[in-house]
Amino acid sequence: MTALLDIRGLKAEIDGRQILNGLDLAVNKGEIHAIMGPNGAGKSTLSYVLSGKPGYEITGGEVFFNGEDLLAMDPDERAAKGLFLAFQYPLEIPGVATLTFLRTALNAQRKKRGEEELSSPDVLKRVRELAKQLSIDPEMLKRPLNVGFSGGEKKRNETLQMALLEPKLCVLDETDSGLDIDALRIVADGVNRLRAADRGMIVITHYQRLLDYIVPDVVHVLAAGRIVKTGGKDLALELEATGYAQYQSEAA
Amino acid sequence: MNAEVRSVKTAAEIGFADLFAAARESLPGGDKIEAVRRDAFDRFAAQGLPHSRTEAWRYTDLRRLLRDAKPLAPRSDAAARSVAREAGAVFAGLGLRRLLIVDGAFAPELSDLAGLEPGVVVRATVEALGADEMVLPLDMAGGDPVAALNTALAADGVMITVAPGVVVERPIHLVFVTTGGTPAATFTRSRLELGSGAVLTLVETHEGPDQSDYQVNVALQVDVGDRARLDHVKITGEGAAALHISTLEASTGAGASYRDFGFTIGGAVVRNQLFVKLAGEGAIADVYQGSLLAGRQHADTTLVVDHVAAGSQSREVFKAVVDDEARAVFQGRITVQPGAQQTDARMMARALLLSDEAVANCKPELEIFADDVQCGHGTTTGALDDQLKFYLMARGIPEKEAEALLIQAFVGEVIDAVARDDLREALTQVMLNWLKERD
Repeated sequence: MTALLDIRGLKAEIDGRQILNGLDLAVNKGEIHAIMGPNGAGKSTLSYVLSGKPGYEITGGEVFFNGEDLLAMDPDERAAKGLFLAFQYPLEIPGVATLTFLRTALNAQRKKRGEEELSSPDVLKRVRELAKQLSIDPEMLKRPLNVGFSGGEKKRNETLQMALLEPKLCVLDETDSGLDIDALRIVADGVNRLRAADRGMIVITHYQRLLDYIVPDVVHVLAAGRIVKTGGKDLALELEATGYAQYQSEAA
Repeated sequence: MNAEVRSVKTAAEIGFADLFAAARESLPGGDKIEAVRRDAFDRFAAQGLPHSRTEAWRYTDLRRLLRDAKPLAPRSDAAARSVAREAGAVFAGLGLRRLLIVDGAFAPELSDLAGLEPGVVVRATVEALGADEMVLPLDMAGGDPVAALNTALAADGVMITVAPGVVVERPIHLVFVTTGGTPAATFTRSRLELGSGAVLTLVETHEGPDQSDYQVNVALQVDVGDRARLDHVKITGEGAAALHISTLEASTGAGASYRDFGFTIGGAVVRNQLFVKLAGEGAIADVYQGSLLAGRQHADTTLVVDHVAAGSQSREVFKAVVDDEARAVFQGRITVQPGAQQTDARMMARALLLSDEAVANCKPELEIFADDVQCGHGTTTGALDDQLKFYLMARGIPEKEAEALLIQAFVGEVIDAVARDDLREALTQVMLNWLKERD
């Protein structure tokens, strides 16, 4: 079986600094992988490289997404193929209404996949339902994207986008950062609703706390740009107790 | 050896002098008007065309940009006029009252003058001049050389008055058209007087053929009476090689509201100069201007807002999107006179550069002579935000579409200032068409 995501020996640098250092990772459909690691290990870089953010130079390795060369695709193509990155810091876009953005994104992806575009009322209906599940005030949808939203609202909005776009692979970058316990629960419930046999997830986090709510199948430790240890969900608890120090010295 | 100091007249300056000398006799108006014209032309001749050392024109060197004075446009023939029927299409279907000004002359036979609302009077400027009415002298713009040229040479235009208390539901659309043929110059003067408590929306469009390097010099004087309200929308959509110079003078009475929206999309060289005087207590003026420029377009928006009376409020927002080798200029000055206590004035100029060769010059200024005021200004110039673009692309939106969305958002802020939904939608369409042509 072809892995949903297959990363082989990935090396990447930014501004001449090597961040990813021969990273291997395979995620199958239906699996949730947690990637944990100390600050500066390359967790966010991995998420950006996967989603195609400009500025990163790939200096080695390959990434296959459903068997296709992911690194050859533009960011919008990756999204249309089913890759979704939930940003650690969702951006504010003044002047673009949230709903307009959601409709444009959904229809751009559908168009690229050769599917029929949805009418505004149809999009609105879907968005409203999802907003309700995520306790998002419908009035917020009229407001410019993320402008003036609280940290929790932004993360809920990311989850809403994810649910609307129905990606094949979700990459959640530090989704727990800046969330209080109530917001964390709402977001985690939203993510858990998206668990499906044909969908994979990568949950990137510094703390174990998130993994109490989004329970992973596999836990990896990322240090100095490489996966240095892989285990079951117990590994997260172990890390919580021992910290990352041993992996930092190992990697160095 | 001492160098001889003398100002060398440019070909265009000599051309304007010839033009004035030849036209003086035939321009409408009696002796009094002729004296005003002569006086204005002398003021122009003394200063010459403005250039980079003329403070108010420092980024728009007309001595360089205006090479020759075109002959005055002849009265256009029937064929040319029939072209004009199609003009102003941007607002077609909105049911606006269209008044056509073709090649500098008001064309009543092409205009929609039927069923004018009681209290609304529309006349040709040539008629007012023929009756020796003193409609030419300018106030705040009086010292400006190209406005003086307009005073000297203006032959026609439209004069509109709205009686006190009359609320005009149907907007008036001044359709300025330059038709084809030999490149020519037109000088028009128009005027709008709103009586106290009157309400009107005035729309202006300016257009002409792309192949002709014609010249347009328009001036509009607006008097908004006490508690009256005027919404003014102007689209400068001249042909690709045209020169367009526009002077607007607006004066507001007590409690009056003047809202101005300008969109510059066409013309090779454009200067929009606006002089707004908040003359009555508690008056409000909002001036929102947008420029969408590409190729080698040069568009200058220069704005002077004079707070004269107490408790007046003004907002000025300028947004420019500049592509290719185009240049956007914004100069804005807010003056608060000693008597204008409790003035609340804010000005913001922002330019978005879409290419490495695009240029924006922004110069906001405040001159405050009162001590109890709230004033502020700011300016930013930059490229499209790559982070925002990436965020949109990461959601599946293709690069060009992502850029268009961000540009739309940027310009949207000024379009949103237009009160009427139908006009706002038409203006949004103008912007979308511009974005489409960019692809």
